[in-house]
Amino acid sequence: MFRNQYDTDVTTWSPAGRLFQVEYAMEAVKQGSAAIGLRSKTHVVLGCVNKANSELSSHQKKIFKVDDHIGVAIAGLTADGRVLSRYMRNECINYSFTYESPLPVGRLVVQLADKAQVCTQRSWKRPYGVGLLVAGLDESGAHLYYNCPSGNYFEYQAFAIGSRSQAAKTYLERRFENFTDSSRDDLVKDAIMAIRETLQGETLKSSICTIAVVGAGEPFHVLDQGTVQQIIDTFETAAEQEDPATEPDAATGQEAAAEQGTAADHGGSTDEGAAPMDI
Amino acid sequence: MASKQPENSLLSPESDSQRTLYPYVTGTSVVALKYKDGILMAADMGGSYGSTLRYKSVERMKPIGKHSLLGASGEISDFQEILRYLDELILYDNMWDDGNSLGPKEVHNYLTRVMYNRRNKFNPLWNSLVLGGVKNGQKYLGTVSMIGVNFEDNHVATGFGNHLARPILRQEWHENLSFEDGVRLLEKCMRVLLYRDRSAVNKLQIAKITEDGVTISQPYSLKTYWEFSAFENPAQGAIGSW
Repeated sequence: MFRNQYDTDVTTWSPAGRLFQVEYAMEAVKQGSAAIGLRSKTHVVLGCVNKANSELSSHQKKIFKVDDHIGVAIAGLTADGRVLSRYMRNECINYSFTYESPLPVGRLVVQLADKAQVCTQRSWKRPYGVGLLVAGLDESGAHLYYNCPSGNYFEYQAFAIGSRSQAAKTYLERRFENFTDSSRDDLVKDAIMAIRETLQGETLKSSICTIAVVGAGEPFHVLDQGTVQQIIDTFETAAEQEDPATEPDAATGQEAAAEQGTAADHGGSTDEGAAPMDI
Repeated sequence: MASKQPENSLLSPESDSQRTLYPYVTGTSVVALKYKDGILMAADMGGSYGSTLRYKSVERMKPIGKHSLLGASGEISDFQEILRYLDELILYDNMWDDGNSLGPKEVHNYLTRVMYNRRNKFNPLWNSLVLGGVKNGQKYLGTVSMIGVNFEDNHVATGFGNHLARPILRQEWHENLSFEDGVRLLEKCMRVLLYRDRSAVNKLQIAKITEDGVTISQPYSLKTYWEFSAFENPAQGAIGSW
């Protein structure tokens, strides 16, 4: 990303047809701590890495319950994320009150995307600096969406955003075909393992990650630390035994993924030709 | 402009002409019940102007979207207004174009909000509504009144239907009625209403809604019998009658 004369205003196009302020907003998402999401036919799991400013402070809240059937994980400017969560909660509760029925996830996501788009077309506003992974259940099944600061949204089987999310994406790419029929517990395990990938060597503890689940008959809720630690313990012990075997795999896996990564990525910093929101 | 109250207050005489005080052209009872495949609803085609049975081809039941059927009694013009609201609601729902659609439960609750909010502004829509439908195999039947009272049940009725038809339904309704039994039961109720409700006309429609959609029958009449001996010379034994 280079500083240039077309990036002062969100309402200024560059000669190459890009809105740099929007792209810079998406950079802010990439700098935030990682958040991941994955879904099966009946459940959706969100996970995030909790960063704290210092040992003395508490962790930032990055996962928000929006309604019994919808939850969201954010990466980027958490203040923006909080404000958007409040908007989503409001929309859900108003719909529930009028129709006594849960708001379909797809509709909430479109409303959110339209709200983000407004900020890309007003000279007195700035784009929201937060990416949202929206997980929810409705009549048509389990859904996972990613909402960009650009106002685009996409539906995913599994996705990761934030810093070092490429490692998690690689992990998920290898396994996503099995997710549809995964059991709820396997899905949670996969989520925790994807989080572990983003930590790149740091020990995985329940105090630095948060996991939330929503599913058929299971309202959205954050799993408590004890439960998460138990799940971590089950595969940390298994991993110790496998360690010598997996290490060479992990190394080659990362290299192949890095190549895949630049092609599949939104293309912001590495690919100068395509603008991120064109994809 | 001698009035001291602001023009947009609904309680001043000038704004009385802006809100509903009494109904003018009204429809009488609607009766509906759940049966095996969905909902059956019946209503006659009369529009009374006070005590005159003025209009005899008023359709008081209309399909709403893919999954619902609305029947109304009370002020016909307010019913038409409600149909406009629902038309807009369904239009916006369709414009999402996303595979989701408003079912009978959602439409019923929306109507409840509309009716109750109008009642709170002292400007009611002078109707009693019956909303029935089927979505994803689930049958739904509910009612809303002009003051916003709403509930669901296996069989509902408006107006006189509550007094004459509901008792019959309480005795004879059961789960999984066949279509023929359901129609027979509704016709029994409508016949009683025809005999005893002076605003009823002998021209009715029966509508059914199932997972496959809505069918509203062509108008037809019920056979009636007036030769009961008790009706002949009814004043014969009465003392001091005029």
